[in-house]
Amino acid sequence: MSKPSTSLFEATKLECWRGDRCLFSELDLALAAGEALQVVGPNGCGKTTLLRAVCGLTRAERGTFIFRGAPLDGSPETFRSELVYIGHENGLKSELTALENLRALRDIAAQRRELSLQAALKRVGLEGFEDRPVRTLSSGQRRRVALARLLIAQATLWLLDEPFTALDQAGARLVNVLVEQHLNAGGGIIFTSHIPLALTKGSPRQIMLST
Amino acid sequence: MRAFVAVTRRDLLLAVRRRSEIANPLLFMLIVISLFPLGISPAPETLRLIAPGIIWVVALLSVLLTLESMFRADFDDGSLEQMLVSPHPLALLVTAKIAAHWLVTGLPLLLVSPLLGALTHLNAATTVVLAASLALGTPVLSFVGAIGVALTVGLRRGGALLSLLVLPLYIPTLIFGANAVSAVMDGLPYHGQLMMLGAFLLFSLALAPLAAAAALRISMN
Repeated sequence: MSKPSTSLFEATKLECWRGDRCLFSELDLALAAGEALQVVGPNGCGKTTLLRAVCGLTRAERGTFIFRGAPLDGSPETFRSELVYIGHENGLKSELTALENLRALRDIAAQRRELSLQAALKRVGLEGFEDRPVRTLSSGQRRRVALARLLIAQATLWLLDEPFTALDQAGARLVNVLVEQHLNAGGGIIFTSHIPLALTKGSPRQIMLST
Repeated sequence: MRAFVAVTRRDLLLAVRRRSEIANPLLFMLIVISLFPLGISPAPETLRLIAPGIIWVVALLSVLLTLESMFRADFDDGSLEQMLVSPHPLALLVTAKIAAHWLVTGLPLLLVSPLLGALTHLNAATTVVLAASLALGTPVLSFVGAIGVALTVGLRRGGALLSLLVLPLYIPTLIFGANAVSAVMDGLPYHGQLMMLGAFLLFSLALAPLAAAAALRISMN
């Protein structure tokens, strides 16, 4: 290792419950800048819960989060402005068009990059579908609309829950390329997937959860 | 501010695309109010006597009908998650949703209030006070209702529970709203009642978004 990797995000002694079942406890994870972390494990082991706990949707019973060396307790706003979370649900309104959906999500997330919404949709292969209601798109195309948020967001940390769901091979390759670019730019990614991610630098580090 | 506009605009756009969302509560209100002359008596004196009460009760029920749509679809399609992880204060985004809800449900009620007055033989002065009481009171219904929806949105069948939670909280608005209209009919002062409604509005504007935001965080947990 030539350069010391800077820590982007850390969680220590994390404990999460779902109902009366303890999903995991004493879980430590650390993510360096430019690193991807894959959460693996059988169905129901708490992969989604782990991602939701990191972005603050689910309350962790115990544990501390550290972002860029500073603990996250008082003001999560700075952390949230550096975060993109793409969950199981795409967060799209079926009556609105792809463009309208993307615009609303961009403004709610308060993140912007120079890339225009049209360019982002073109990049994810939805040129010509910008003004179609999302209702008329296939589930793979909807996933692509959600993934277009990664392109317009100026975020450091990506939290992706099963990003490959419903995507065809070209879509999966697209995710690979986006991930690779983001890592090269010094970002970090925590994702859940049952599909191994093929990066040029080798497979990402894995964290195993068990039931 | 940009996020506030984005949320309101998205919800209004959705309401325009699903026109039934605007039309249904209005039609519900008109039909129910036209049932009273049929069921009780078409005599103008009787109608005038019960008009303030029935208009307000029906307004309350038609708002209740639409309340659940405030967060339910967002909860199901993941939009709510995106609002919760937004760096903007959640209470601000919730206020934007409440504003959109009022524009879609409360404002149309307000606009048809002259028609409601005519259906129940109210005179012009009374109809003006009716409109004023609805203008001040219906936003309170949206604000207070938002807390109830936020609390029940995580439950599979929250509908009945929602009515049980929210209707008791609507009682003060109902009393002062209906009473302002009866007072003007009896030639009594009605400004006090309207001021009370205004006070409810300011109170709920200040506190309901915070309470609803906290409730949403619990519901999403």
